[in-house]
Amino acid sequence: MSAPAPPLALLAEVTHRCPLGCPYCSNPVELVRRSGEMETAAWLSLLEEAARMGVLQVHFSGGEPTARHDLEDMVAKAEAVGLYSNLITSGVLLDRRRLESLAARGLQHVQLSFQGVEPDGADHIAGFEGGHARKLACARLVTDLGLPLTVNAVMHRGNLDRLDDMIALAVELGAQRLEVAHVQYYGWALRNRARLLPTVGQLDAATATVEAARRRLTGVLVIDYVIPDYYARRPKACMGGWGRRFVNVSPEGRVLPCHAAETIPGLRFERVGERPLAEIWADGEAFERFRGTDWMPDPCKSCDRREVDWGGCRCQALAIAGRADVTDPACELSPDHRLMAAIAAADAGIESGEFVYRRLGDAGG
Amino acid sequence: MSGRTVIGEGSRPRLPRGVRLKHDAARGQWVILAPERMFVLDDTAVEIMKAVDGEADVAAIVAGLAARFQAPRPVILADVVKLLQDFADKGVVRA
Repeated sequence: MSAPAPPLALLAEVTHRCPLGCPYCSNPVELVRRSGEMETAAWLSLLEEAARMGVLQVHFSGGEPTARHDLEDMVAKAEAVGLYSNLITSGVLLDRRRLESLAARGLQHVQLSFQGVEPDGADHIAGFEGGHARKLACARLVTDLGLPLTVNAVMHRGNLDRLDDMIALAVELGAQRLEVAHVQYYGWALRNRARLLPTVGQLDAATATVEAARRRLTGVLVIDYVIPDYYARRPKACMGGWGRRFVNVSPEGRVLPCHAAETIPGLRFERVGERPLAEIWADGEAFERFRGTDWMPDPCKSCDRREVDWGGCRCQALAIAGRADVTDPACELSPDHRLMAAIAAADAGIESGEFVYRRLGDAGG
Repeated sequence: MSGRTVIGEGSRPRLPRGVRLKHDAARGQWVILAPERMFVLDDTAVEIMKAVDGEADVAAIVAGLAARFQAPRPVILADVVKLLQDFADKGVVRA
């Protein structure tokens, strides 16, 4: 097999620290503390390496990436080496001075997450009083500075019925894109699935809402929307395929095929600096394990969609079927698909319960 | 809220902030980098997008391309308007 094409994008998870405590956080349940974070110089040389090997975009993510005070240096480095830089943020730590400083150093785009459309519900689920108001203020700062804004609306059973209001909010804030981001059930969200999974009725209504809004808002707002896995018939090409489009670097500098890959037992992940990034990508054990189609079992192996969805998500296969090396149970051809349907039916029917909020232990410092 | 950008001969297209035309040396292609998306351009699209400089209007872009490629103006006009309208609807071009 020839060498794989380089990744298009680097997901730089520069920290796991975050002032919010969302129970659907996509970070691993074992969070990296500040003392374990990779230092500035290593991030800067990683950005240089990424650009050199053909990466085009860098997504600064976390945790809350603005919790790091050297984010400006990273954005400036990205700009200097020709990487398109995107900030994925909760917005609650961003004031005008900080945002101006990031924009001046070359930041190209801001993706701002929202937990709801009104303060009470949004702040409750984020576990952070006043957060929603700060997000609204941040959105206005972004558009005031002329930066493009994407609203990332995290949707679940508790707020999916307000999707129309969320779309209206995105338009009002001057966003160009809205990601209707159904919670994905890994990490913390998996622990809270019974409180979060929408019902099939909610989902059908939401899909109709999105279709109507897309027609109404052509040329005004682009809406990204994907049916959540638990109600899908075919899996998503998770990360665009394992080791195909994205390289993810964790706060402590582990080079991962996806942000949840560390949940898969038996994979060894190399660290930034152990070997050149291009080599880790090309033949690192973790990247090779599920890259392409050679690893696939049936029904994937003989499926005509094997190079469309690449077998779906390895972490979801592990979470539902107990093995990472089988077809994603989101696929109706998977022998484990009924498990997913059964979970959806059971969890979406649960009326109440308490959230397990995301916490870093002694939190944040 | 701003309305939909409709591309016509008099439109003066430009790439808004956060959108870049870039040569992707590693893969030997031209791309448009935009918020969390990327568009790979075919040969025709590359020539059109290189002519989008915020100064030239669509009529001037079409005239330039028709002269360079010795192609009929109506054909070029249709290609240019189609591409730019598509990109405008994706938020990648403003006018």
